This record gives sequence, structure tokens and C-alpha cells, in this order.
Amino acid sequence: MSAPRPETPFAAPWEAQVFALVVSLREAGLFTWGEWTEALGRTIRPEAGEVAADYGQWLATLERLLTERGVADGASVEARTAAWRRAAEATPHGQPILLANDPQGG
Amino acid sequence: MTHDHSHGDDPHGHAHDHAHDHDHPHGSELSAVEARVRALESLLVEKGYVQPAALDALVEMYETEIGPHLGARVVARAWTDPAFRARLLAEATPAIAELGIGGRGGEHMVVVENTPETHNMVVCTLCSCYPWPVLGLPPVWYKAPPYRARAVSDPRGVLREFGVSIPETTRITVWDSTAETRFMVLPMRPAGTEGLPEEALAALVTRDAMIGTGLPLSPGAEIRS
Repeated sequence: MSAPRPETPFAAPWEAQVFALVVSLREAGLFTWGEWTEALGRTIRPEAGEVAADYGQWLATLERLLTERGVADGASVEARTAAWRRAAEATPHGQPILLANDPQGG
Repeated sequence: MTHDHSHGDDPHGHAHDHAHDHDHPHGSELSAVEARVRALESLLVEKGYVQPAALDALVEMYETEIGPHLGARVVARAWTDPAFRARLLAEATPAIAELGIGGRGGEHMVVVENTPETHNMVVCTLCSCYPWPVLGLPPVWYKAPPYRARAVSDPRGVLREFGVSIPETTRITVWDSTAETRFMVLPMRPAGTEGLPEEALAALVTRDAMIGTGLPLSPGAEIRS
């Protein structure tokens, strides 16, 4: 007999990826937990009212911190996002989606 | 970008009209949010900030190893070992480390003890700070505005919604976790558990009992896994 095992903490794989990116960047020294929670606290309080501190908000917070710290600006994130979507469309269903599959990739 | 869960997460979604193009090979799909996360990850890997293997290891750790079963061990030890309990309440982080539990998100832990006089509840009013090493990652409701607000303004009402009734004479104290200090509740040991070994006691300790929105199970009602 033992206590219950953890429930799956992530609703989708991308949530787990965002979590791992944030933890890794904190450990790489890009920000402290205090800076992270302050930034997350701002993200979840838009003018329109408070929202849940879910992984979508983690993603938005991470993007903002990466821009503020000069690591990845909005334009390069947009361009890379578009490249991934083109790569997905060019990948036969059921095959792993690789960035190299982007037909416009260099 | 952030609110497309309902339709964007399933790469095999069949909401589209595929009837007309069955003769053509199908491509794959990434939702907007999936593509964005892949974009960030690939950029950060290229710049040397993160490594894919380390990211995978982190995810696996939080999916399979870290969770409230660890906090339950701490509680069961405190119930059976008065000297440990005293160390835990005096300085939680090193006491918890005695059981080999600790690390990120639990650098400074504080354990607050429920008594007949005082029931403790934990919230993070800023965002979702939570004692990861002992409880894993927080449940969805813990991160949502209603709990963040009402745990403070109406803790007794919140407890009622969780099906917990606390005597009117018991005071409720709410603790606000932050990035620096993360709280865990030491619930009261249930009646009828005299002589139970530590492992059997741990099986009575639920996640919510350690957040303060629940009580430990009674003997015979263990969650088995």
C-alpha cells in the first residue's frame, strides 16, 4: 500500500514543454523565481480582469521575458512559428514533424 | 494564442472537411500554440540555453516521480516521530531533506500544523506558487482566480465547496505562498490510526489535506495505487 502516485500534471505535451523550458532557463540563470512569478503575476492580470495562471500564461510570460532579455525577439519567434507550421503541413500524417521539413527552410 | 485549447490541441482533429481530399496525402498539423512552443524550444536550443535531453528528463521527473505521495511521507513521519515533527515545524526545509526530498520550488518550505483550534489553508494570491518537491505541480483550481481570491475572502465557503466542514470554533488561517516561501499543511492525524505503520498512514494523506482544502482519509478509505 502506498500513497497515490502523481496525477498527470500536464493536459497536453506542449504544457510540459513550456514548464521544462521555464525551469531550465531559471536554472541557466536567465531569471530568478522571484522575477518569474512577478512577470507571471503581471501576465495574468490584463486590463480585462484576472485569468488563471495556466501554461498558456506561462508561455506568454516566457515570450515576454525572452524579448525583454534580448534572447529572442517577437519577429524571430513569429518567423520560426511559421516555419514549424509549414514543416507540419509538409510532413506526411503520422511521421515526426521536423523543422527540416519546412519547404522554405534554408 | 493562449486560449485555443478547445480546438487547437488535437493534431488529429477531425473537425475539418476531409471528405473531398481523400485522394491526396495528408500533411500533419500543429496548433498555433504547439507551433509557438516548438519555435521557442528550437530557438533556445540553437542559442545554447537549453538541451533537449535535459528538457525531456525534467518532464519525465514531474510526470512520474514528484507528487503528493512525497508530502504524504513527510506527514506520516511527523505523525509517528515527535522529534521529527518538532524539527519539521521549526525548520521545514532541512527536516524534509532528511527524507531525501527537496529541490527546486522548495528551497524555503514552511510547514503549518492543523490543531483543534486552527485549520490552515494555503494559496498563492499572486499566481501559482506551490511546494513542488512535496506536492508536485498544482492542480488547475489552485491556479484559477476564484480560488486565489476566495481562499482569502471566504475560506470557510471554499472549504464547504470542497466538502470539508470545520467546527465554527476552529479558526482558519490562510497562508500566501510566494517564490521565496512555500507552505504545506500538516493535517491532524485521523482517529482510529493508532498503531498503523508509517506507510499505511501515508496512504491516508491526500494532496488536498496538505493544501488545507481537504482532510486526511479515514482508515479503510485509502486510495490504493
